[in-house]
Amino acid sequence: MHIEKFTPKSDIMMVLIFSAVILLMPIWLQPLGAAYPDLMQRFAIFGLFAIGFNILFGQTGYLSFGHAAFIGVGSYTTVWIFKLFTLNIIPAMIAGVVLSGIFALVIGFICLRRTGIYFSILTLALAQMSYNLAYSVLTPITMGETGLQVEASDPRAWEAPLAEGEVPRTHLFGLEMTDLGGLAGFYICAAFLILGFYVALRITRSPFGSMLRGIKTNNTRMAYTGLNARPYALAAFVISGMYAGLAGSLMAAMDPLAGAERMQWTASGEVVLMTILGGVGTLVGPVIGAASIKYFENIFSAIDGAVLSSALDFLPEAVLNVIVPVLSLFVGKGWHLTLGLVFMLVVIFLPGGIMEGYRRIKARFSKADAE
Amino acid sequence: MSVLEISGVNKTFGGLKALDDVNLQIEEKTVHAVIGPNGAGKSTLLNAVIGKLIPDTGTIMFMNQNMIGLKPHQINQLGISRVFQTPEIFADLSLMENMMIPLLAHRDGEFKLAAWKRSDMDSEIQDKAAHFLEDVNMLEKAGLHAGSMSRGDKRRLELAMCLSQDPKLLLLDEPTAGMARADTNNTIDLLLKIKSRGMTKVIIEHDMHVVFSLADKVSVMAQGHVIVEGSPDEIKGDPRVREAYLGGAEV
Amino acid sequence: MDAILLQILNGLDKGGAYALIALGLTLIFGTLGVVNFAHGALFMLGAFVAVSVREVLTISTKVKDESVTFFEAFKEIPYLELWLGDTGKAIIDWSVPISILIALPVMLLIGLVMERGLIRHFYRRAHADQILVTFGLAIVVQEIIKAIYGANPIPQPAPEMFSGTFNIGALFGLGDNIVYPKWRIVYLFFALGIIGAVFAFLQFTTFGMVVRAGMADRQTVQLLGINITKRFSIVFGLAAVVAGMAGLMYTPILSPNYHMGMDFLVLSFVVVVVGGMGSLPGAVAAGFLLGILQSFASMNEVKQIIPGIDQVIIYLVAMIVLLVRPRGLMGRKGVMED
Repeated sequence: MHIEKFTPKSDIMMVLIFSAVILLMPIWLQPLGAAYPDLMQRFAIFGLFAIGFNILFGQTGYLSFGHAAFIGVGSYTTVWIFKLFTLNIIPAMIAGVVLSGIFALVIGFICLRRTGIYFSILTLALAQMSYNLAYSVLTPITMGETGLQVEASDPRAWEAPLAEGEVPRTHLFGLEMTDLGGLAGFYICAAFLILGFYVALRITRSPFGSMLRGIKTNNTRMAYTGLNARPYALAAFVISGMYAGLAGSLMAAMDPLAGAERMQWTASGEVVLMTILGGVGTLVGPVIGAASIKYFENIFSAIDGAVLSSALDFLPEAVLNVIVPVLSLFVGKGWHLTLGLVFMLVVIFLPGGIMEGYRRIKARFSKADAE
Repeated sequence: MSVLEISGVNKTFGGLKALDDVNLQIEEKTVHAVIGPNGAGKSTLLNAVIGKLIPDTGTIMFMNQNMIGLKPHQINQLGISRVFQTPEIFADLSLMENMMIPLLAHRDGEFKLAAWKRSDMDSEIQDKAAHFLEDVNMLEKAGLHAGSMSRGDKRRLELAMCLSQDPKLLLLDEPTAGMARADTNNTIDLLLKIKSRGMTKVIIEHDMHVVFSLADKVSVMAQGHVIVEGSPDEIKGDPRVREAYLGGAEV
Repeated sequence: MDAILLQILNGLDKGGAYALIALGLTLIFGTLGVVNFAHGALFMLGAFVAVSVREVLTISTKVKDESVTFFEAFKEIPYLELWLGDTGKAIIDWSVPISILIALPVMLLIGLVMERGLIRHFYRRAHADQILVTFGLAIVVQEIIKAIYGANPIPQPAPEMFSGTFNIGALFGLGDNIVYPKWRIVYLFFALGIIGAVFAFLQFTTFGMVVRAGMADRQTVQLLGINITKRFSIVFGLAAVVAGMAGLMYTPILSPNYHMGMDFLVLSFVVVVVGGMGSLPGAVAAGFLLGILQSFASMNEVKQIIPGIDQVIIYLVAMIVLLVRPRGLMGRKGVMED
């Protein structure tokens, strides 16, 4: 089997196409009913999270079950900068990314002493520990169950304080996230996503990227080839932690609050799912996976029994009475059931995710052409 | 002058003596074969040299430096490469990328964070990778998945990966095991081709045909111990070798 | 002194639950080589068998309430009580232990179906894939339970005889401060009994011997011509039964909710890792050890010195053990290390 060859030229084309698709989302998502700024922001934020996660899982082969912890660190740090200094998102996001990078360095240093499922369990344990701490001892920093919010009483050293009852508006040097009907916020997220995509692409094409793939496919050979795998894996861990921190920061920048539920291990599971669904180890796969999950989550969660009944009212009553209750298991609050099922089906039948499905279809068509 | 000096090395696995006071000197620029029946401790000895396991006692000196306690990647960086009995390659990657990794390790050391450079613009690495693939007649397969190749091809790839690092000492663990006769002959030709290059080689082999066509010196191991040492001709006639092989039809 | 004894007791019942789940996880690792993230779901399913059995036993009808005389009032009475009188009442009272009879075949069946239908396709796949597919299954099971039983915990009472507390202190002549819920003592003995039964099964039956041999050296046993895989689907069923029993009997202590499986799963994995992957005694020892440590950490005296320690103690211990003794307390070399 031939491996696709990429040149600097084809890569620039890829980035351009990617950017065009992302930037034009407000237009082409209209017919799909998904052109809300809020939803598109989530596409971009979780896309970033998944791209970063893929650097560790897809390229290096380390399955972390604790990456949501870095989302939390990014979110909390960002909101704290909002509270202490300014509602301008840039300083807050820089702080969020840097701090989650440092946090990832410490956690990675500990967890990477082991590999395989031991690594997975260690990350799970550490993330769960952070989550528990955020809810208990760290309450002065995290505000526990209430969540951390921007308030009028905050010092905000670099800006005028909020008036009593004023809604805090985060901004980029004056451009508020809610400007342009919310599109300002989306385009800021989109810019970070494109930047994140480009960085991941450069990493993939670099010698460092080769080393990460080497670790994934044969760690033994790496050692007997004179390479010290641990700092490479640690670098991948920190980079992916910083991506997660950036995603968490963006969440807080779009909506200035932070809560511990973002750190729960099921949230870490979600990013694994996005990456797998889109295609592990591919560049665009994780973004597609993240966007699909957030898109269908939005649609499925909104459907309830009444919506189902009216959509299916052409069916006879008797059939309706059976079908509606069954289908409503999978929609609305039951969305997670659908998600779990899809996840299982993908792991069982299509381990390469949507990207592999696309390749298979393409291969079938080109075969048909050749005949 | 000896490149590798193994003295008094012992290794016990749960009561079983795998290496029993092994002494071995590998002279510079020679091909040194280590032969012996299964379970004689040949692979264990190689594992000790490359740092895969640590001997209970004894010293292993490479270019007058003690290597006990060094990590595998440090030992490789000193100039020792090993071809494994079951090829250890990067099965998910292309042949080209398989070649690039050892070349980068050789040039940039055990760790270098080069995350912003494009590998395909690194003409030095690219040229060398092509050169060494050509060396084993595999250049036309450069874009293929390494995992999809035949066993013989995988072994040739692994050999090219090791050669590309320009090692001072090359360890070959049964390079023809499990190969058909034609493939074995190809491999012998390849090994003869690289024989003239300066590096020192240690070869573990079952096939006496391979041993006698390549080796300058032969050590025979049995039960974790080196029992005889000498030139291929001396070994051929030695009754102890025959005994070690229990009748030794191959000899 | 009294306080310490009480904390040890407090830790033992939770430790028992950890030990039972970890035991099943280890059996599955050791024999099938599969990392089962859906094991917590089996624990939860056991608990919900108890819930279902109680629901069936208490199906009620409306009858006239004779005690109210000044107007016509109705009250709900379970059919069982109506038909069998006090016997019916007793059956309902003992619903948790009685549901064991139902749970045995049900859990065994669930285990076998899970292994034959899903897990066996993953024997040769990477551990990451096994984790992922069982994680997906865990979500599915959890969501189905949520859809059927709702999101709120459903309390299950212990039989009248075992509800209330028991003065252990008086038993040992240690003063009256050590009072302990009776059901927790029952649970502890139940857990010990199951653990004993599993070990006896492995030690004294031919089947158990093959299982142990397979755990020690899978390849050799296969070379002997013994079809491990087929036999070990029964092991999976057994592990499912053990997890189910653990969950079922735990219901009077912790009201069953749909996410209890996930909660216990994370901790049980930590237990397995601390005990040493592949070591059955290690799993049991670590289960009790971590249970006790956790209950010590939640003592006020300890929390005053190190705030929040009760939240993190298990994870902290796991980290330290893994870093200092990478193979866990009793782990063998080379288990799941490729």
